[in-house]
Amino acid sequence: MSTHPDTAAFVRHDALPPQDPPASEVGMVHWLRVNLFSSIGHGIMTLVALYCIYALLAAVVPWLVNGVWDADSIRQCREKLDGARGGCFAVIAERWPQLLFGNYPSEHYDRASLAFVLLFVAIAPVLFFDLPRKMLWFTGLFPFIAYWLIWGGSIWVPVLALAGVVLGFFVYRALAGRSFFGAIIAGIAATMIFGFVMLGPIAGLLNSVLNISLDPVESRQIGGFMINFILGTTCIALSLPLGIALALGRQSNLPIIKTICVVFIEFIRGVPLITLLFVASVMLAYFLPPGTNFDLILRVIIMITLFAAAYMAEAIRGGLAALPTGQYEAGASLGLDYWQSMRLIILPQALKISIPSIVNIAIGLFKDTTLVSIISMFDMVGMIQGPILSSTEWFGVYWELLGFAALLFFVFCYGISQYSQYLERKLATDHH
Amino acid sequence: MKNSLLLGAIAVTGMVAGAATADTLQEVKDRGVLNCGISTGLVGFASQNANGDWQGFDVAICQAVAAAIFGDANAVEYNPVTNQVRFEILNSGEIDMLSRNTTWTFSRDVDLKLDFLGVNYYDGQGFLIPTELGVSSAKELDGAKVCIQKGTTTELNVADFFRVNNIEYEPVPISTASEAQQAYLAGTCQVYTTDASGLAATRASFEDPSAHVILPEIISKEPLGPLVRHGDDDWGDVVRWSLNALIAAEELGITSANVDDLAAAPTDNPEINRLLGTEGTLGEMLGLPADWGVNVIKANGNYGEIFEKFIGENTPIGLARGLNAQWTDGGLLYAPPFR
Repeated sequence: MSTHPDTAAFVRHDALPPQDPPASEVGMVHWLRVNLFSSIGHGIMTLVALYCIYALLAAVVPWLVNGVWDADSIRQCREKLDGARGGCFAVIAERWPQLLFGNYPSEHYDRASLAFVLLFVAIAPVLFFDLPRKMLWFTGLFPFIAYWLIWGGSIWVPVLALAGVVLGFFVYRALAGRSFFGAIIAGIAATMIFGFVMLGPIAGLLNSVLNISLDPVESRQIGGFMINFILGTTCIALSLPLGIALALGRQSNLPIIKTICVVFIEFIRGVPLITLLFVASVMLAYFLPPGTNFDLILRVIIMITLFAAAYMAEAIRGGLAALPTGQYEAGASLGLDYWQSMRLIILPQALKISIPSIVNIAIGLFKDTTLVSIISMFDMVGMIQGPILSSTEWFGVYWELLGFAALLFFVFCYGISQYSQYLERKLATDHH
Repeated sequence: MKNSLLLGAIAVTGMVAGAATADTLQEVKDRGVLNCGISTGLVGFASQNANGDWQGFDVAICQAVAAAIFGDANAVEYNPVTNQVRFEILNSGEIDMLSRNTTWTFSRDVDLKLDFLGVNYYDGQGFLIPTELGVSSAKELDGAKVCIQKGTTTELNVADFFRVNNIEYEPVPISTASEAQQAYLAGTCQVYTTDASGLAATRASFEDPSAHVILPEIISKEPLGPLVRHGDDDWGDVVRWSLNALIAAEELGITSANVDDLAAAPTDNPEINRLLGTEGTLGEMLGLPADWGVNVIKANGNYGEIFEKFIGENTPIGLARGLNAQWTDGGLLYAPPFR
């Protein structure tokens, strides 16, 4: 209503409608220009990259699409392909149980699978803090359940082992008021003594009263991806606390503890994992009498755990070193003793800083479990290189099998990596 | 501290106990199962089928020994061992015998304190080349890239052969047969050298075997056979004569098909009778049941049957008998008399 026909010949009532942007600044063309062809050099690089992708796909896609999934041998695969290019995936279909379980008795696959599923139930409350804390009870029980499911035998062995741990815990609780460190040592000692001295006889006794047992499975029968998974999860779970202890020990003011930790870390880091595995598999047999069965998987778990713990310790030491001394002093000025300040102030921050390194080590450790194939354990790679590739049916089916192993490892390693990024986001406190 | 003391005590008592019982046969009988060391995988000689059962030419020897002792070819606990640890594992007592295509050499027999009990396969090292290379003799391989399994006798044999013939070559080290196959197909090396049986298996696995040829030169002797620890000759006898029984059975015409008939009643051939236990006390001398010979042959058939089943000309590997024919057919197999 406020036009001024007297003063202005023409007054516009509203703004011009916006014009469409020029064709070169929108849509596909714009995106291509900005991202792929922003300069001559970029244009050339784009074309080269496109050609590489094409060459890769041209090789891989027919190989996957033409793949034969149903054949008895590589020769039958070739007959079916009839000169066409294609993978012989029938080997994966036929040897699927061997790839996953090794020589585990086929009638007990469901036991191993159940342990695998329960692992995720057990691990969930550790990984996701929003879940009910009561689930941690199951996490605590899981190692014993899994042991019983996988190895079978009398139920009293894992039950008594659990009792030993509980005993150790009570010893710790009783002494914790005096000295945290001493209490831990005493607790572990109580558990070990119980486990080594009393477990066997009591288990035998209970077994004669009430015999609940699953078919026992020997360690040598466990193989395939299953053993990679057992070694991976167990060793990661064990090496983290051990690594923390070593990292703290290395920073300790007590010279003996400090020396032990430094020597241990430097020695283990200076020795290749393969060497440790050879020691576990061959050399120990010379020290132990023939007939004593110090389980090979247990030996390997110990060696890999020690190896990973040394690396974990250094990763965590990095986290500890990154904390300003103010944090240590703050703990002291609040009147907290060493263990309290570590538990409440230092470690939560140091561990958060160390997450990427710890995950790095965890992924590396998981992949390193395939090294056990060198000491005649039939893990996934051992299974492929040994019995499967040497069978007259499948000799020469190389890419398919190792590609499958790579895919399986990728899925799990990528999962670990994604979880660690989620955890970093979740724990981020530097912006609100 | 307590634990190490405990372990030490166990170790000492165990060693005393181990030294006291060097009677391997009795140990095996008490255990009810034979601990047999085999390869972790070698085409035709030891591999697993889809059910996870071990089978193959070397595995059949384990089964024959188990059959001799228990009358049950399945009473075997297979211990797959790698090249590097096989002798340590045997000497540490973890296994009772090793049947893992192991070459019988002086130093292994004498220095490593092992007892080789015969030869179940006479092998020799050869060369595999693509036909298009147009080479008909290994002596024409001047300047070739050669794929060689590292850490084996083949490596040393090749070095000797080329030095003696004054030929240059470029070694390409590889670790397993399947790796060698890939390297060879990819052209990383022009020549692949290993035992002739392995070459035949590799060649048979190619898409077009006729494009590759095994050169006529065999540059080494590789007598492969089962072995046990030094010092328990009674146990060695059991393994040696189980192998001999397989070889003699072929010579005498005893097969898995007719062994039951021949063992039902004494035949007019006394050697067959002694082998099958219908005459004499050979089994008793070994500490085995009288029908041990019958069980050995029933396990997988006689030597010829085992050969045909796992590596013979009708299998994909397609090995000819060659040196491994009976002495009566111009081969080297010659079982001492059962008398």
